[in-house]
Amino acid sequence: MHWKLSVFLAGASLFAQTAPIAFSGARIIPIAGPEIPDGVLVVQNGKILAVGPAASTRIPPDAQRQDLRGKIVMPGLVDSHSHIGGPEGADSSAPIQPDVRILDSVNPRSSSIQKAQAGGITTANVMPGSGHLLSGQTLYLKLRDGNTIDDLLIHTADGRIAGGMKMANGTNSIRASPFPGTRGKSAALVREQFIKAQEYRDKIQKAAGDASKLPPRDLKMEGLVEVLDGKRTVQFHTHRADDILTALRLAKEFNFRIVLHHVSDATLVANEIAKAGAPVSLIVIDSPGGKLEALNVSFGSGAALEKAGVLTGFHTDDGITDSRLLLRSPALAVRAGMSREKALYAVTMANARMLDLDSRVGSLEPGKDADFVVLSGDPLSVYTHVLQTWIEGKKVFDRSDPKDHLYAVGGVGASHDPGELHVDEEEER
Amino acid sequence: MRAALFTLLLPALACAQIAIQGDTVYTMAGAPIPNGVVLIRDGKIERVGSASQVPIPAGYKKLQAKVVTPGLVDAHSTLGLSGALNVPADQMQVERSSAMQPELRAIDAYNPREQLIEYVRRFGVTTIHAGHGPGILISGQTMIAKTAGNTVEEATIVPFAMVAATLGDGARESGAGKSPGSRSKAAAMLRAELIKAQEFPNKKEPGRDIHLETLGRVVKGEIPLLVTVHRADDILTAIRIAKEFHLKLVLDGAAEAHLVLDEIKASGYPVILHPTMFRAGGETENISFETASRLRAAGIPFALQSGYEGYVPKTRVILFEAAIAAANGLTFEQALSSITIDAARILGIDKRVGSLEPGKDADAALYDGDPFEYMSHCIGVVLNGAVVSDVRQ
Repeated sequence: MHWKLSVFLAGASLFAQTAPIAFSGARIIPIAGPEIPDGVLVVQNGKILAVGPAASTRIPPDAQRQDLRGKIVMPGLVDSHSHIGGPEGADSSAPIQPDVRILDSVNPRSSSIQKAQAGGITTANVMPGSGHLLSGQTLYLKLRDGNTIDDLLIHTADGRIAGGMKMANGTNSIRASPFPGTRGKSAALVREQFIKAQEYRDKIQKAAGDASKLPPRDLKMEGLVEVLDGKRTVQFHTHRADDILTALRLAKEFNFRIVLHHVSDATLVANEIAKAGAPVSLIVIDSPGGKLEALNVSFGSGAALEKAGVLTGFHTDDGITDSRLLLRSPALAVRAGMSREKALYAVTMANARMLDLDSRVGSLEPGKDADFVVLSGDPLSVYTHVLQTWIEGKKVFDRSDPKDHLYAVGGVGASHDPGELHVDEEEER
Repeated sequence: MRAALFTLLLPALACAQIAIQGDTVYTMAGAPIPNGVVLIRDGKIERVGSASQVPIPAGYKKLQAKVVTPGLVDAHSTLGLSGALNVPADQMQVERSSAMQPELRAIDAYNPREQLIEYVRRFGVTTIHAGHGPGILISGQTMIAKTAGNTVEEATIVPFAMVAATLGDGARESGAGKSPGSRSKAAAMLRAELIKAQEFPNKKEPGRDIHLETLGRVVKGEIPLLVTVHRADDILTAIRIAKEFHLKLVLDGAAEAHLVLDEIKASGYPVILHPTMFRAGGETENISFETASRLRAAGIPFALQSGYEGYVPKTRVILFEAAIAAANGLTFEQALSSITIDAARILGIDKRVGSLEPGKDADAALYDGDPFEYMSHCIGVVLNGAVVSDVRQ
C-alpha cells in the first residue's frame, strides 16, 4: 500500500513537470477573447500550451486528461491591493520610508494566503498600510504553496524582485508629529523627498561609474530613484476628489508611474483621471462612510470609470474585504452598470497591467503562466464557488479536500497562524 | 434630496391602496405563490394570493416585480446610533463612564434621519432592531424601528426591546476603573447587579432608581437580555447566568456557536448570528460561512444581523449577508426566513411584520430577480403601505 502510494505520488509530480494536462468540457473565459462554450485548456511545464474550442484545439496524445464538464475556467484572479501574509511596513518614526521592504516581513505560511487561494487569487500586490505618506516597498507575489517568501516572489526580466511603492494621502497619514498635520504639508513633504531623490540620482549619473565621486549609499534615496526611473510603480492610496488630483499632480511633477487605489470619489473625477491616463484599482464596500473620505463610495464607480475610458481594476484590501469574495466586487459593479466584459477584465488583465505582469498573467493565452481557476458556475453569481485554483500548472487549492474546504468556509483553525501569539494588545503595553 | 422626500410622502397620501404583482411572491407564511398579488389598504396587508384568486380592485396603484418578499427585518444593528461619518458626534452606541448602564434608552439617541438608514432601506430593509451596541458589559437599551419616519416616535414600533450586554474580550476594561479586567470578573459584576435588581423592589421605600428599575424588568423576564458573545466558553457563561436568573436570553454574535450546538439547543435560547461576512480574528478567528446552516440543521432558532461595524463598511446590509449564507448551506427560503419571519419571531414582532399576511403591516420589497444574486436589484420598497423607495439599487 505504502509502496503503491509513493509510486503514484512520484508519478504525479513527474507528470506535472513534463507531460501536458488537458482540461476539457468547461466553458472557458479566456479574457483575451470571447468566451468559449466548450473549451480545452492544455498546460505543460507551468505554462499554457493551448486554449480554444474543443473542435479545433489539438490535445497532445500524451496529455493527462481532466474532465471539467459543467464547470467554468477563467484566469487566476489578480488582486492589485492586499495585506495578506501580515506585512509590516514603515514604523512611526517618519512619514516617508522608502527604504522599508515588506519582503522582510511577509509570512508565507499565513492562513490569509491559503484563504486567498480559496478565493481564486493567484497573484497579489501585497502592501504595507496607508498610515504613512510613503510606507514602503510592496511585493507582487504568486500565491504558490511556499515555505519561504522566496518561493512566492516574481522576478522581472532584469532580475529584480517585482514590487511597487506604497504611498497615501488624505486623512490616514495625517497624524501627530513627525507626521504631517494638513494636506498641504503632506504634499510638501513628498515633494521635498522627491527633489532630494532627483539630486541624488543626478549625482550618481554625473559620477559615471567613478566610485570616488559617488554619493554615499542611501537606502531611502535608492528606493525613490527606482520610482523616478519607472522601475517601481507608485501604488497610491487616495479617496477624496481633491486628494486624487493631488496624487496625479505629484505624479506629473516627478514623472512617476502611478496607480490610484480605493478612489472613493471616482464618480466625481472620472474624466480628470482619464485625462491623466492613470489606472484605478477600486475597492467595493457594502455601504458608504466609516470615514469622512469614503462617504461617496459607490457600486457605480466601475461603470463611471469604464465610461470615461479608465483602466479599472478591483482589489480586496484584505482584511478590509475578504480575499475569498473578490468576485463580489466585479459582480456588484455590474449590478450598478459596468459591463460584464470590463468587470471580469478588471480582476484579471487590468490588475495584471497595473503590476506590469500582463505578459505573464491575467489571461488564458499560449505561453502565459498556467494560472487559472475552476468555478462551479458563473463568476458573477453569488452561488458560485471556486472549486480549484492552479498556479503555474500546480493545483494549490481544491475545495473537495477537507483541509482546503476549511479555508474556503472558515471554522476552527482557518484563521489561526501557528507561531502567532494572540496576546491582548492592551496587556502587552 | 427633495425628490427623495417626495417619494417618501406623496404615495403615502395619494395611494392608500396598492396592488403588488409578483412573478413569485414569497409570503414566508406558506409556499411561494407563482404569479401572486398582495393587496394593501391603509397601511396594512388586505389580501394575498394568486392572481387568479385575488382580482385587483379599481383604483389600486399597481406595482410589478419578478420577486416580492416581505420587508426585510434586520435582527440587530446599531444604525441610528452609529452614523456614517464615524466621528464622535455621530457615534452614540456606547457610553464609557461606567461598565453597566441599562438605563440608557435607545429612543433618546436614535437619529431617524441617519443616511445609512435610507441606504439599507433601498435594499429592502423595513424594520431594524437598533440601539446600544456591543463593547461594554451592559451598554443600554435597544429598540425596534421602521426605516422611515421623521421623528423617533414616528419610526419606533418597540421603544424598549432588549438590554444589550457583552461578555468576553469586548467587555474587558469597558468601564471606569478598567473593570472588569477578566472574564470571571465580568460575570461576577453582572450577577451582582442582577441580584441588586432582584432585591430592589423588596426594599422598604425603594424610591426611584432608573438603573435598577430597568434591570428589574430583565430579571422579571419581561425584557430579554441580548448578550454579545463569540467564544464557545463565553456563550456557555451567558447561558449559565441566564439560567441562574431565569432570564429571557438572546445570544448575539456567537462566532463559535458551531462548537456548542447541543448546549445552545438544550438551553432553548435563540441566536442572532453575526453577519456571514464578519471578519475573522481574535475572538472570531473560528468564524464560518456555514454556521447559519449548522444552526438551522440543529433546529436552533436564529436570525442574521448587520451588527455593529467600527470602520468600513460602516454598516452591513442583511440582504448581502443572507446571500452568502444561502451560498453556504442554507436554502434560498431558509436564508430569506432568517432576515424576515425568523428575525421577527426572535424580536417578538411577528404579529406585525416578517411575512405577507392579511392584517400585518404593509412592508414589502420588490426585486427584478433572485434577491440574493449580486446582479439583481431591489426596485421598490413599500413600508406601512407607502412606497418609500423606487430607485433601482
